[in-house]
Amino acid sequence: MTFVLSLVVGVLFGGAAYLMLRRSVVKLILGVVLLSHGTNLLLFLMGDGVVRGRPAFVDPATGVAAANAADPLPQALILTAIVISFGFTAFILALAYRANQAVQSDDLDDMISTDRL
Amino acid sequence: MANHLFLPLLVPLFSALLATLVSQRWLMVRVIALLAALFNLGYSGWLLWIVGSTGRQITQASNYAAPFGISLVADGLSAIMLTLTALLMTVTIVYSFATVSAERERFFYYPLLLLMLFGCSGAFLTGDLFNLYVWFEVLLVASFGLITLGGERAQLEGGLKYVVLNLFGSTCFLIGAGLLYGVAGTLNMAHLAERLGTLQNPTLITAIAGFFLFAFSSKAGLVPVFFWLPTSYHTPALPVSALFSGLLTKVGVYALFRVFGTVFPRELERYGSLILVIAGLTMIVGVLGAMAQVEVRRILSFHIVSQVGYMIMGLGLVGVAGLTAGILYMVHHIIVKTALFLIGGAAEHLSGTGELKRMGGMARREPILAALWLLASLSLAGLPPLSGFFGKLGLIQTGVQQQQWLIVGVSVAVSLFTLFSMLKIWNEVFWKEPPEDLGALPRATLGLLAPGALLVVLSIVIGFGAAPVLEYSRLAATQLLDTQGLVRDVCGPDGCDAVTTTVSGR
Repeated sequence: MTFVLSLVVGVLFGGAAYLMLRRSVVKLILGVVLLSHGTNLLLFLMGDGVVRGRPAFVDPATGVAAANAADPLPQALILTAIVISFGFTAFILALAYRANQAVQSDDLDDMISTDRL
Repeated sequence: MANHLFLPLLVPLFSALLATLVSQRWLMVRVIALLAALFNLGYSGWLLWIVGSTGRQITQASNYAAPFGISLVADGLSAIMLTLTALLMTVTIVYSFATVSAERERFFYYPLLLLMLFGCSGAFLTGDLFNLYVWFEVLLVASFGLITLGGERAQLEGGLKYVVLNLFGSTCFLIGAGLLYGVAGTLNMAHLAERLGTLQNPTLITAIAGFFLFAFSSKAGLVPVFFWLPTSYHTPALPVSALFSGLLTKVGVYALFRVFGTVFPRELERYGSLILVIAGLTMIVGVLGAMAQVEVRRILSFHIVSQVGYMIMGLGLVGVAGLTAGILYMVHHIIVKTALFLIGGAAEHLSGTGELKRMGGMARREPILAALWLLASLSLAGLPPLSGFFGKLGLIQTGVQQQQWLIVGVSVAVSLFTLFSMLKIWNEVFWKEPPEDLGALPRATLGLLAPGALLVVLSIVIGFGAAPVLEYSRLAATQLLDTQGLVRDVCGPDGCDAVTTTVSGR
C-alpha cells in the first residue's frame, strides 16, 4: 500500500511540475492544486497512516493504546493543510479571474508589465 | 508557565474582527488598529526586558505537556522580532492615515494589517514546526489581500506571481515538515532538537533540511528564488510596500535562523559554505539588479534582496559570533529599509510618480524629507556612526576571523554599489532641477514625515548606543544555539523523550 501511494505522490508531483511550467494561468493553478494534493498524500504516508500503531493517546491506567488506534497527528496535519490549500485555491482563482479581466489574456508572457524596465 | 504569550496573538486577532465589523466607520477602525499595534509594541517591549532578565518564556497551549501540545516559546530573537514587528506596524498605520485612499480603507485595509500582525507574531512565538507553517499561511493570506487590494493591473500581475511562488515555497516547507515527522515522529522544535542528534540516518536529515533551506530561501528572497519580490513589491499602496519591505522577507530569515540554529545545527555546519555562496550571490545579484532600475520603489526592492544576503552571511558564518552579527544587521535593516520606503514613498506621493526622470527638486521643496533620506541611505550603505556600520562591522569581523576572504570582499564591494544606488536616487529625486513646474503639487505634512523621521532617529540612536543592542543580539544568538537549554525549558530537566516515555509507557 505504501509503495502504491508513493507512486501516486510521485505522479502528482510530476504532473504539478509539468503544469506549473506551462504559460497558461489556468494550468498553473491546476499545477498548484495537484502539488497540494500530492503533499497531503505524502503527509498521510509519513505518520504510520497505513500501518497501525503509535497513537498519541493511551489509557493512563494501563499505558496501552486501544487495539485499532492509528497515529492521529498526520490526519490532523492533513486536515489543516487541506483547509489552507482550499482557501488559497479559492483566492488564487478569484485573483486569476481578475487578472484575466485586466490583461485580457490567459498567457503569463503577457503579464510582464511589472518586470519590464 | 507564562500565559501572557497569548496576548500579542489574541489582541490583533480580536481587533481585526472588531475592525471588520465596524469597517464603514473610518475613524473607529483607525483607532482600533492603532491601539492594537501600540498594545503589541508595549507588550513586546516588556517581553524584551523580561526575556533579557529571566530567560526564555514558555506557554503550553491548552496545558498539554510539552511535546504533545503546541508550545509557544519566546526567547531573545522572538522578543526582538516581535518588538520590531509591532514598531513597524504602528509606524505603518500612522503613515497609512496620510497616504491610503478612502476606498482602500473601506475594503478592509486595517483588518488585513492587523491579521498580518497576528500572523507575524505567531510565527515569531511558536515552538512547533507545523504550527510555524500555519502562521506562515496566516501572514501570507493577509499579505495576498494587501498586495492586491485596489485591483490595479500592475497589482494583479505582480500579485499573481507573488501568490504562486509563495505558495510553492510554503508547500516545500510542508513537505519538509511531513518528512521530518516521518523520520523523527515529532514536530516540537525542542523535541526535534533532542531527537535528531540520535537518529541513525544523518544523510536523510540533511536532505530534509534541504527542503527547509529551499522553502525559507524563497520566503526570504534569496538567489535563485527571489523573483517574486521585485516584480510585486512596488505595486501596492505605499505603506504596504514599506511594511512588506521591512517585515516579510525577514520572517523567512527568522525561520532560517530558528530552524537551522535550533533544529538542524549539524546540518547548518554541512550547509554552511553553500549558504555563504548563496549569500554572496544574493548580495551581488540584488545590487546589480537595482542599478538597472529607474523607479524609486523598484530600486529599493532590489536592495532588499541584496541586504537579505548579509543576514544569511551571518547564518553561513556558523556560530554565535556570526549569528549575533546577522541578528544585529537584521535589526538595523528592518528599521532603515522601512524608513527608506516611507521617505521614498513620501517623495513619490508628493510628486505623483515614482519614475526618476519625472521627479526632481525635492531637496529645495522639502528639505526635511531630503535630510531624512540622506541619513537613511547613508545608514543603509553602512557609514559610521549610523546603525548600518555596526551591523556590517560585526559581519566583516567574523568573516575575517574565519578567513572567509571571498565573502568579506563581496560584502564590502556590494556596500559601495549600494551607496551608488542611493546616490542615484538622491541625485534624481532630490538634487536635480525638476523637469516641470511643481507648484501645483501638494506639500509634505506631519503625518507623511513623522513615521520615517521616527525610524531614522532610531537608526541614529542604535548607531550611537550600539553596545546594548549588540549585547542583546548576542544573548539572542546564544539562546538560539543553546538546544539543551531549550529542551530543559520546554520539556523539563529530563528532556522530551522522558515525558513521552512516562505517558505512553514506552
